[in-house]
Amino acid sequence: MARISLTVDGVRYADDVPPRTLLVHYLREQLGKVGTVVGCDTSNCGACTVLMTDPDGHARGVKSCSVLAVQADGRTVTTVEGLAPAGDLHPVQRAFHEQHALQCGFCTPGMIMAAVDLLAEQPDPTEEQVRHGLEGNLCRCTGYQNIVRAVLAAAAAARGPAAVPEPAAVPAPAAPVEEPAREVAV
Amino acid sequence: MTATMTEREVGRARRRKEDARLLTGRTLWTENVTLPGMLHLAILRSPVAHARITRIDVSAALLRDNVVTAFTGADVADVQGSLPCAWPVTEDIVLPAHPPLAVTEVRHAGEAVAAVVARDRASALDALEAIEVDYEPLPPVLDLEAALAEGAPLVHAESGTNKCYTWVFDSAAAGTGGDVAEASSAAEIVIRRRYVQQRLVPAFMEPRSVVVDPTGDQVTVWSATQIPHILRLMLALITGEPEHRIRVIAPDVGGGFGGKLQVLPEELIAYLAAQRVGKPVKYTESRSESMLSAHHGRDQIQDITLYARRDGTLTGIDVKLLANMGAYLGIVTPGVPLLGAFMYNAIYKVPAYRFECTGVFTTTTLTDAYRGAGRPEATYAIERAMDELAAEIGVDPLEIRRRNWIRHEEFPYTTVAGLTYDSGNYEAATDKATELFGYAELRAEQARRRAAGDPVQLGLGVSTYTEMCGLAPSRILGALRYGAGGWETASVRVLPTGKVELVTGSSPHGQGHETAWSQIVADQLGVAFEDIEVLHGDTRISHKGLDTYGSRSLTVGGIAIVQACQKVLAKARPIAAHLLECAPEDLEFTGGSFRVRGTPDAAKTVGECALAVFAAHNLPDGVEPSLDADATFDPQNFSFPHGTHLCAAEVDTETGAVRLRRYVAVDDVGRVVNPLIVEGQVHGGVVQGIAQALYEEAVYDADGNLLTGSFVDYTLPSAADVPEIVSDRTETPATSNPLGVKGVGEAGTIASTPAVVNAIVDALRPYGVTDVRMPCTPERVWQALREVAP
Repeated sequence: MARISLTVDGVRYADDVPPRTLLVHYLREQLGKVGTVVGCDTSNCGACTVLMTDPDGHARGVKSCSVLAVQADGRTVTTVEGLAPAGDLHPVQRAFHEQHALQCGFCTPGMIMAAVDLLAEQPDPTEEQVRHGLEGNLCRCTGYQNIVRAVLAAAAAARGPAAVPEPAAVPAPAAPVEEPAREVAV
Repeated sequence: MTATMTEREVGRARRRKEDARLLTGRTLWTENVTLPGMLHLAILRSPVAHARITRIDVSAALLRDNVVTAFTGADVADVQGSLPCAWPVTEDIVLPAHPPLAVTEVRHAGEAVAAVVARDRASALDALEAIEVDYEPLPPVLDLEAALAEGAPLVHAESGTNKCYTWVFDSAAAGTGGDVAEASSAAEIVIRRRYVQQRLVPAFMEPRSVVVDPTGDQVTVWSATQIPHILRLMLALITGEPEHRIRVIAPDVGGGFGGKLQVLPEELIAYLAAQRVGKPVKYTESRSESMLSAHHGRDQIQDITLYARRDGTLTGIDVKLLANMGAYLGIVTPGVPLLGAFMYNAIYKVPAYRFECTGVFTTTTLTDAYRGAGRPEATYAIERAMDELAAEIGVDPLEIRRRNWIRHEEFPYTTVAGLTYDSGNYEAATDKATELFGYAELRAEQARRRAAGDPVQLGLGVSTYTEMCGLAPSRILGALRYGAGGWETASVRVLPTGKVELVTGSSPHGQGHETAWSQIVADQLGVAFEDIEVLHGDTRISHKGLDTYGSRSLTVGGIAIVQACQKVLAKARPIAAHLLECAPEDLEFTGGSFRVRGTPDAAKTVGECALAVFAAHNLPDGVEPSLDADATFDPQNFSFPHGTHLCAAEVDTETGAVRLRRYVAVDDVGRVVNPLIVEGQVHGGVVQGIAQALYEEAVYDADGNLLTGSFVDYTLPSAADVPEIVSDRTETPATSNPLGVKGVGEAGTIASTPAVVNAIVDALRPYGVTDVRMPCTPERVWQALREVAP
């Protein structure tokens, strides 16, 4: 057993963990932080991404399946559960909602944390930079398009309300159905 | 409530109700379920493709710390039963036993052979290493054609053959068209091609997971499944546990794409384990286990022949398929090619058609439904072959389609495969797509680059698809020997305060049912979107349903919702009339209320009727004090979404690298309930189809080892690998259902694969390239060029 102490989502914890424990398993099984999930064994999918401070105190995105819990000793970790106070949303979470950037939602915690990390590095990214910045996070549902829109929208929101683009383009139907509203045959 | 009084919900880009929990990490995945006393299951899997188990010994595992029990297939041989195949497509199909844990023989790498239950997951996994198994190797069976040859080694020796079945459709015999042999002898043009549908992995992001709690009056099973209702029935049939003693819960489910349309060995093993120890047991697969054990998709060899006149008019289509079943039959394995059998004629008027499919056993992971299931394969073959026909007679790929497609004024149209397409407008979708794409300009650029000998050539790919979805009319399923029906069910419960609970039998795993169903109910009952709660995925709440697959939730389940709502209004009408002191026939339901004709201020909402029903003090004589209603809808026809997808690909003739420059998708999915959700389905579907065209393939080596056993080798595209999709719609309402809706879940995947490969081949056609085998990696493209180089 190894003794670790760390801060997760604003709460200080001190625990004994088997040295082989991965950070993601420590978060999920010992702290109950089940918002962070495991999608693969090979650090390809990024579903487990959290922010962890480096020795200089800078928060960086890490794949918590590739970090041992003991490596988080003395660090500060932020998961998707700690991004915003209960009942509120972080601007990136809000942008994901507005732009319909999630479907099944399994990749979403990691994708959001990777996006937060990306925007901390590049507050005003191009679409190309967003696509490359999220390369380490896989999504099978969305085709990424609305995720990219959401990250760009969150960046724009941070620059001020005038820069926020319209929500995801929704094409109007070519030939709307002529139908009187709320007529129901009973 | 006032907002919905004036504005229709159906058609609005509502943001999803589901998002709140998914965005904040409050989701209930099966893996998040933790119960008092819960134990953990780990599964030992075969490291070889084909072998006899000559000895298996778990005794050393039982001595490990924290291990509660360990067992083998032999230990549970009498109780484990056989996993179900619900679609025995022919009378003489070979249906081999499929034990959850192998007993005497393993038939694919990754097959489960033993199980350990321990106090924690790590202990269970550690103990697997102490299990001793001796395997006596048997020859692997991998190649479909070799597997059918005389004297080939057998996957199931007791069957005496690797052939599972042969299923034939012949339009002459069915009376739906002419004789392909006649078309063949009269043909002026013959296009004969072989296409290979590589094996794919559905690769849902949430690994499969199951928790079984045997401690209550009902055995409760949580599973990351698309099919909680079917799973309950199958568990009852397999285990002998009475159906009412089993409760299945599909909580939040992280994607499926057909991959979770299955009854799993792991579900049965967890069930057996929980029964053995009398405690809750959890199993969650690793991704590597998922790659080996979760069913794969596609894997067909398609021989397609088009017969045509010199002007390109089709006179017949002949299709012969070899379909890889894998080692066993999953729940709908044999039926997957049949879902394509009716689609090779696609949007075209074809006088004669013959289809023959032979299912083949191999020592590989079983195949089954993957997004589109049969229809992407069919669409790929016909759309690729139509481009070849266009090239043969020297016309543009769009022109060959115009010469053959069903014109919009010809609907409803009964096809050579016997389906009646209720509606469609291929001209409108194609016009819109070519305009958005800039088709003429891109063709001009292509000509310039060809003339200049540009090493990076431009190719344009066309895919004009339709598909049959909204599975399915029960009678048709019966005629195809499927074991169940295709109806769907809904229940509306109007609470005393006027809030509504809507119970649906379809089981979402990312599709946004909670949002879309609320929009439908809001319009039907005049209740606010926010005042509706959609309940699903728990057989204790939703006792009946056929779940989610085949783009069926809206076109079947959505209609059940409409019908249940109409029953509620029928029950509310006499109550409203009583409260308003008028005759029921004097009321009209408009603007969300029952109103007295000519006196619109005299009105009662459904909510007001619900409160009166709750008190039940003042109801008309003989009226049941309830506004609740159930409805079950069985469709009379499939739904037939269609569209035109156009892809521009830049192909580097020196390196083989492909870059998708522009992708336009114009889809006609009929009336749209929520355009945001539809657009999301299109994006995701298109990218999965692009992934088949460019990136993904499950590969076995000559010994039957899966080489693509993780996301390192099985290359799902990332955001950096896919283009922006320009998506738009035309709207030709379906006439086969009261909402005018068509399915959308699979359309993008069906459409996009041929659009991409057609673009690549189009770029390289001047070099003499007529095909590139999928996935079109730089190496494959480069090889294709090298093979034709002078």
